[in-house]
Amino acid sequence: MTPLPVSIAAAVASFLLLVVVFELIRSRRLRERYALLWLLTGAVLLALSVWRDGLNTIASWFGVETYPPAILGAVGALFILTVLLHYSTVVSRLSDQNVILAQRVALLEQQVREEPETRD
Amino acid sequence: MAELAEAPASPGDAVLAQIAGLRRIAIVPALNEEQTVGRVIEEIRAFDPGFDIVVVDDGSTDRTAGLAADLGAHVLRLPFNLGIGGAVQTGYRFAFERGYDIAVQVDGDGQHDPSQLPAILAPVVGGEADLCVGSRFASGSGYQSSFARRLGIRLFALVVSAVVRQKVTDTTSGFRAVNSKGIALFAADYPHDYPEVEATIMCVKHKLRLLEVPVVMRERGGGASSITALRSVYYMTKVLLAIFVGLFRRYAVPLEKEQRR
Repeated sequence: MTPLPVSIAAAVASFLLLVVVFELIRSRRLRERYALLWLLTGAVLLALSVWRDGLNTIASWFGVETYPPAILGAVGALFILTVLLHYSTVVSRLSDQNVILAQRVALLEQQVREEPETRD
Repeated sequence: MAELAEAPASPGDAVLAQIAGLRRIAIVPALNEEQTVGRVIEEIRAFDPGFDIVVVDDGSTDRTAGLAADLGAHVLRLPFNLGIGGAVQTGYRFAFERGYDIAVQVDGDGQHDPSQLPAILAPVVGGEADLCVGSRFASGSGYQSSFARRLGIRLFALVVSAVVRQKVTDTTSGFRAVNSKGIALFAADYPHDYPEVEATIMCVKHKLRLLEVPVVMRERGGGASSITALRSVYYMTKVLLAIFVGLFRRYAVPLEKEQRR
């Protein structure tokens, strides 16, 4: 069985995560599009911490008999991995766009410097 | 267009007379719309040649930007695709910096009929509304769409109506007219995906008066809808989250600060 203090600590921690993410969106420091995965992470961890029988059942599926909260750690790690992978794709897109922007600025600067008569 | 010329007492002529002294601009967002963007520009001019037209090319890979420029429209060519929200806001920024009094938004895909502009312009120039949205559903016109999309539209209509405490039937319509207040607000901040839903709420939060009028829209003339079924589920979740979090914000944007700049 999952020790009760572990369940309480995990529930508080995942609830705090949800609150922090919500406040970051509200104060416009985090965009909704990048918050969805974090909210999902918080919601799933909160559900697994509160629903103790469920955690025990899932643990037994994977043959984890001695210490079910290990599943909490595994699920948390999986979500963090997903978030990191998602951010890698975001960073890649941003760096591609940055190249395009730099090229466009260079072209515009050349135009402004060398062909001032073409501006209206 | 021909009908307008033959019927001098039409509401279109009344609106034309009212806007004659105003600086007015049509914002036309376009993504790969080479088949329709030219016709849209010509139809706006046929309604009122006094409209300046700015085509915002959201990273098209076809001749959209070139065709629009050849027709004498202002063209803002975005270096890469920003999505409809970022594209439309670029148009509002242009309108704000050039000090326009009235702006209308007309999609480059041809689904909005510029001959219906009087309907959305009249309440704005008449001082009844700061933002007027052309709704496909207010009149019960025959708008065809996929089931999932209609369901999403209905859901948003319910949520948005509840939040703004005013009946809203078409929250995804991009056929709209705004006065200088609306231009300033949208120039300062504009949402990203499914932007019209959040923009509607934003307007009401900033005490702008919103009005919906019935219009008939056409089938899109060319190109494909930018939203597929799977993506719309993602967008719906995202927009509903944005609406929910927005309820806990006093204002959607610190607009006053933006204006002082």
